[in-house]
Formats: sequence, C-alpha cells, structure tokens
Amino acid sequence: MRSIWRTLDRELARDIALVCVADGIVGASLGAIAVSEGLPLWLPVLLSVVVFAGAAQFMFVGLVAAGGNPVAAVAASLLINVRHLPFGFAVGDLVGRGWRRLVGSHLMVDETVAFALAQRDAEQRRAAYWAGGVGLLVCWNVGVLLGVLGGTAISDTDAFGLDAAFPAVLLALVLPSLSTAATRRAAAVGAAIALAATPFLPAGLPVLLAVLGVVAGLSPRRRSTEPEEAHA
Amino acid sequence: MTTSMTLVIATVVLGVGTYAFRLAGPLLGDRVDLAPRVEEVLNRATVVLFTALVATTALFAAHDFAGYARPAGVAVAGALAWRKAPFVVVVVAAAATAAGLRLLGVP
Repeated sequence: MRSIWRTLDRELARDIALVCVADGIVGASLGAIAVSEGLPLWLPVLLSVVVFAGAAQFMFVGLVAAGGNPVAAVAASLLINVRHLPFGFAVGDLVGRGWRRLVGSHLMVDETVAFALAQRDAEQRRAAYWAGGVGLLVCWNVGVLLGVLGGTAISDTDAFGLDAAFPAVLLALVLPSLSTAATRRAAAVGAAIALAATPFLPAGLPVLLAVLGVVAGLSPRRRSTEPEEAHA
Repeated sequence: MTTSMTLVIATVVLGVGTYAFRLAGPLLGDRVDLAPRVEEVLNRATVVLFTALVATTALFAAHDFAGYARPAGVAVAGALAWRKAPFVVVVVAAAATAAGLRLLGVP
C-alpha cells in the first residue's frame, strides 16, 4: 500500500484532493436534503457507507422522500449503478486480486475510474484509483454526516435553495456525457416521457419509463467504421 | 412514509446489488469481453435516466409543478456547467438563484 502514496505525483494528488472536497460538499447537500425531506438521520449515513454512489443515493433519497415505492426506488437506483459493470472491465487490473479486489471494487465510482484512466502508466493508474477511492470514501461520508447534522439546524432548506442544488448536481454530472447527437436525442425523448408521466404515475416509475428513450438513440444504419463514443 | 425496517432492508439490498455490479467486472474481466454495442447502450441508458431525473426534479415536487425558483436555479446551473464552470460554482449558483428568487417573493 505504501508504494501507492510514493507513486502518486503531487499534481495528481492535488486534483484528487480538490475533487474530494467538492464531493464532500455534494455529500453534505445530500445529507441536508435527506433530512430536510423528513427522512431519518441515519438513512443518508447508512446509504453512504454501504452504497457509496452519489447519483444512486440522490435517486434513492429523492424517490423515497417523494413517497415512492421502496422497491421502485431500489430498482431505479440499481439501474443507475449498472454502469459499474463496464467500469469494472475497464479498471479490473487496477483493482487487483484477493482482498484487494473485495475492497477495491467498493471504491469504484465515476471519479476514481475517470482519474485512473486519465493516467499514462499502469503504476500511476493504480495509484490514482486507490488514492482517489480512499479519499472520496472518507470525504463523502464525512460530508454526508456534516450535512445531516447541519441540515437539522436549518428549519427551511428551500429558503437556501437546496432543492435546486439536487438537480443541478446531477445536471453538472451528466452534461459531459451528452456529447453525441444520438445520446442527446435519447435523453430528450426519455426526459419528455418522464415529464409527461410524472403527474399521473407513482414516483419512480416515470424515470424508469424514460429508459425507453434509449430506443430513440439507436441508429439503424450503423457503420462499423464509426468512431467510438466517449462516455463519462 | 415508509417504515424504518423497510428503509434498512432497501438500503442493504441497494448496497449489495451495487457491490455486485462493481465486483462483477474485475471478477469476469479476464474471461468475458462485453460487446462495445452493449456497453454503449448501458451507458446511454444511465445518461437518459440522469437527464429524466434532472428534468422531473427540476420541474416537479411529487406530482405538481415545483414553482419557478427551482427550475430557474437549475437553468442557471445548466448554463454554468455548459460553460465548464467548476462544479462547486454550478451547485452554489443553483441554490443561490433559487434562494434569491424566493427572497424576492417568486414561488
């Protein structure tokens, strides 16, 4: 393990630290939002330890707070986390084997994967993955805890615009992935389906229905020479 | 409101399921090669879900219109994110816009 901290170069460590702080603030907003929505204090804390996936946690908290069916909330949140499957193929060799694989897999989040894949050599990739993963795990959980404690001190979080922070966080995270016309088409159709369904269907279901929008992104005439799309 | 026991079970199921997705790649990585087409569709489904969640939570509170302050804040955040503003700036601007509008009496 010690070699990881030795391998990590200073600039990369600083970038990772910056993202850790930023994610800590997002974690605090998650904790505060969960509490402001009337959910029990322990829920965001437990979620952050056992799930450790920001977007899925926001999804889960949002759906449960909206009075959604817990089964639908778990399904919708799990669907978001399906992306870890292809991530795992990309960073499998960095995670290692044995106990490292069991621990390292839990550290797999968008940021650690992105940081790791941006490095040149294998040692730096491994160092970025583990340093980023451990740093984010700590900052995320501390942030959520502080948000939970601070959130309860605030009587009306809407007055502070925290309800707007939630979609803003997701928007900032998803925007770089809307890089191709096909993805934008699929996202627009999916969002339209969800918006049309929201007034009528139980919470959670409209977002699941939005996945039908993927069909709109499928191209019937697809040349094998077409360049691969980059996704976050 | 859902009971505490239901929430604990849901959280654990979500945690176990998420961990299974995370572990599957490194475990199977050596043997199976996921078709790029399948991977692309999986990625796109996630992006579509996110976008739908942004749209619905920006505009709706449960089944009703959320008011103007929240979508205005999200729109400001979207513009800043589009211009590649730092994440913290994007999030704080969204909250500040919504809070400011409410202070001015906008619902």
